[in-house]
Amino acid sequence: MKTFDYARADSPEAAVAAADEETRFIAGGTNLLDLMKLQVMTPAKLVDISRLDLNRIEDMDEGGLRIGALVANSDLAADTRVRSRYAVLSRALLAGASGQLRNKASTGGNLLQRTRCYYFYDTASRCNKREPGSGCDAREGFNRIHAVLGTSEQCIATHPGDMPVAMRALDVVIVTLKKDGDRRRIPIADFYRLPGDTPQIETVLYPGELITHVELPPAPRGRQIYRKVRDRASYAFALVSVAGIASVEDGRIASAALAFGGLAHMPWRDPAVEAALIGQPPSTEAFNAAADALLTGARGFGHNDFKLPLARRTLIAVLRDLTGDAS
Amino acid sequence: MSAHVITMDAPVETSLLDTGAQGIIGKPLDRIDGPLKVAGKAIYAAEQDANTLHGVLVGARIGKGRVAAINEAATLATPGVIRVFTDFETFARNPQQGGEEEAPTQGVREIAYVGQPLALVVAENLEAAREGAEALVIAYEEEAGAFEREAHAAECETPPDASTPAHSSQGDLDRAMADAAVTIDVTYTTPSQSNAPMEPHATIARWDGDNLILHTANQMLASCRKQMADALGIEETNVRLIAPYVGGGFGSKLGIAPEAVAAALAARELGRPIKAVMSRPQVFEATVRRSDTRQRIRLAAGHDGRLTAIGHETLASNLDGEDFFEPAGIATHFLYAGENRSITHDLVRLNLTLSGSMRCPGEAVGMLALECAMDELAEALGMDPIALRKANEPERDPEQDIPFSSRNLIACMDRGAKEFGWDRRDPTPGGRREGEWLIGLGMAAAARSNLMQRSAARVTLRRDGAVIVETDMTDIGTGSYTILAQIAGEMLGAPIGRVQVSLGDTDLPPAAGSGGSWGANSAGSAVYAACEAIRAKLAGAMGASPGDLTLKDGEAIAGNRHVRIADLIDGDLTEEGAIRPGKTDEAFTQAAFGAHFAEVAVNAVTGETRVRRMLGVFAAGRILNEKTARSQCLGGMTFGLGAALTEELVHDIRNGKCVNHDLAEYHVPANADVPQQEVIFIEERDHAANPMLTKGIGELGISGAGAAIANAIHNACGVRVRDYPLTLDKLLPGLPPV
Repeated sequence: MKTFDYARADSPEAAVAAADEETRFIAGGTNLLDLMKLQVMTPAKLVDISRLDLNRIEDMDEGGLRIGALVANSDLAADTRVRSRYAVLSRALLAGASGQLRNKASTGGNLLQRTRCYYFYDTASRCNKREPGSGCDAREGFNRIHAVLGTSEQCIATHPGDMPVAMRALDVVIVTLKKDGDRRRIPIADFYRLPGDTPQIETVLYPGELITHVELPPAPRGRQIYRKVRDRASYAFALVSVAGIASVEDGRIASAALAFGGLAHMPWRDPAVEAALIGQPPSTEAFNAAADALLTGARGFGHNDFKLPLARRTLIAVLRDLTGDAS
Repeated sequence: MSAHVITMDAPVETSLLDTGAQGIIGKPLDRIDGPLKVAGKAIYAAEQDANTLHGVLVGARIGKGRVAAINEAATLATPGVIRVFTDFETFARNPQQGGEEEAPTQGVREIAYVGQPLALVVAENLEAAREGAEALVIAYEEEAGAFEREAHAAECETPPDASTPAHSSQGDLDRAMADAAVTIDVTYTTPSQSNAPMEPHATIARWDGDNLILHTANQMLASCRKQMADALGIEETNVRLIAPYVGGGFGSKLGIAPEAVAAALAARELGRPIKAVMSRPQVFEATVRRSDTRQRIRLAAGHDGRLTAIGHETLASNLDGEDFFEPAGIATHFLYAGENRSITHDLVRLNLTLSGSMRCPGEAVGMLALECAMDELAEALGMDPIALRKANEPERDPEQDIPFSSRNLIACMDRGAKEFGWDRRDPTPGGRREGEWLIGLGMAAAARSNLMQRSAARVTLRRDGAVIVETDMTDIGTGSYTILAQIAGEMLGAPIGRVQVSLGDTDLPPAAGSGGSWGANSAGSAVYAACEAIRAKLAGAMGASPGDLTLKDGEAIAGNRHVRIADLIDGDLTEEGAIRPGKTDEAFTQAAFGAHFAEVAVNAVTGETRVRRMLGVFAAGRILNEKTARSQCLGGMTFGLGAALTEELVHDIRNGKCVNHDLAEYHVPANADVPQQEVIFIEERDHAANPMLTKGIGELGISGAGAAIANAIHNACGVRVRDYPLTLDKLLPGLPPV
């Protein structure tokens, strides 16, 4: 483990002031510390933000919720407002990790969870994400857990999270504080990046930019479902997950928001999937059309080919549950 | 002191455990080490000394080749690093197998697998040692390696015979297959698996003059001591191993592992104690794996279900120069009748982590193939799977024509069928659906050879009635402390709280250690022998015959005389006891048997399998402690669940790198995967096994457990996957459209 400097911040402003290019903020540390022990990540400095006053969930005037970046996953999942109005988020949180990890993992940190690509985790393997320009051992290697959408020649890693998938369906806004003191409000649709030629850059955050809050818009209409498909019943990353929100009016799908985990470098959402559904009566044909839209351009790399039929089947089942009794 | 030796040359008519008056044997007593463990007061190897230097192993990053050069400059420049140790002659290439007396394979310049330990970086603290290890620059001369079993299957070789013969046959299997009314000829594959104990392999090495003291995580101390002495070229009497608590091993800690040899060498050079703990990836890469296997099963039967032939051909893998082969056919020798038989094991040499014993070597994967093939045969015959097994129940060992020492397979199946509701099973697959879930029931037999090894123990009866038991037996989380206390307490009339048990130190009389499910049989029988000797002395002091002596609560009773033990002996009464296997080994086929039942739900959309309930019914001789025995069975059944559904150690076939070397990606069952599990023991005594009339139980619970789940999956959805683990991607193509 590389030696590093450690500083404890007593305000968000102090935190960003203390940060530079080689700095990482640490809150729960559930992902960062593992990666540092393996020397997959070797920040020169850690700024501890875990004691900042960012651990509240507040009502917003327009009806949404403002979630402090340090709210623990377990606290967010258990919040009665979240449970009653944003069930998809509560479910997604509870589908992630283990009880111990959820107690420690923070809302801001969870947005920035790194991929579980085996080759990213092994410093003796080639990985463009860990070491840009070194190559990708996953494309021709064992890639059962890897992406089928939005991949690039340089990287086929997935984003491993659950919470961000639900947040993508809910259209949250990520509030940050930049080093220059400016605040940004970044819609989650604009927050993540596909790997392209720079898989080491995963979000639009600038170095030293701190996530302070996540804003949930007013609760959406309709039903909410989070369905996660995985290799064991707990403590396993999604092979495929679907965060779905939909409403049916007069026998037709009136609104739909669908986000996917396990398929891409970021929580995946494709307007074409929702366009295939809105205005249609719920039916297997319409659901298949949505799956067709989702999987246009999808490709497997061998071991992960099964994700294509699995994503289709899971999406159809989720859509049935979302629109079931109303059809 | 000469030991009182019991040699098992003839069955034991009556066990003193059946005539004891204390009433604690068999009782479901809590583990006496339990409070220490939950309070964090049980001190494990790496916790024995806080003032040590830290050593971190550096493993090879290629799968085959040589070390050309090592550049230590960056490592030595790391603050806190003291020295880089390399010893191309003495360092262990890989762990030793259990029970061996020689050193593990030594000499690390020639690289045989990715992860092979090449160097030990020693530093003042763990973090510096890890950073220094990462900074070590090793130049290799790389060669093409062999990383995939099937790619090299044609180059396989027949290993030397081991606990089971590599090849054996009788009659004419091919002829019987050609002549049979119904045949099954199927090939199953099982992947590499990892023992993955919670406590990583860990050693603190300290020298006191010429004497080496190792606090280490090992299952079998007496043989590990010999291995370590041989590795270092020193006398056995100069080596002491201490391991009072071991955090699981499952076979991966049977022999000396590389971190212990390296730590011992470095500690001698530096004159300071060194702690070397493997990282989690190193536990996966550089200790032991269960071999991957390919198993072809051939069954020939008449319309009545009676087998005329059984074939079980196994292809396993191991490192060059290592003789161990996964004995997948070990139970096939005696489980079912059938006159034509062929059971073979061959070995492919691969550049992958040592394959060795992992909990229930042989049966754990062999039964995954055999017991599913039996299910396939039952379906082909239109017979109930239990009826098929009953039709093939042999009266005597079908190959050796000798009696079984005890065998209650049918009783286990009948009891299980009744308790589980087997009559509710629809023999037509896919017949029961609850919403998205397809429900199925499956069963399989369990069998595990019963083993006992030479063991010694020392028992002291104090005048106040307290009892002290001493042996170098280990407790790897199984309950050794508790059952040995129960045996001694029962025989010497001491309540459990009056028995003190000291384990895990080679200064104590040597036991067989924990492995092969022989720990309780072996160490327990040695304690029995010592107690028998003490009882003889007490009887003499009473002027009574040993058979007339009753001991209870610190009192000796013979006829109508009640005497306090303090009034019988002048001081502590200490005796050594020893057990040796004898002629009953050859005269009887000894094995424990059982039956597994599983109910699963397979998601018709995603192919996810969730096990709803499991039942294991076991006949394993006397049960020494119903709670610890049950826990062993629950653990075994959970291991079986992992083998069936989730566990697969993956190596990249391009270069032999272990791909999923952490507990996030190597999927042992999580708590949520483990359903309601029930364990039932059938009352049994095995008079040929040992004077306690017990049989091994630690591994019985795995044998067949995974097969019951696989058979239940087939019953649920009609898909028969012959490639373990049965992950959802393998089921998806056979599931109904959504």
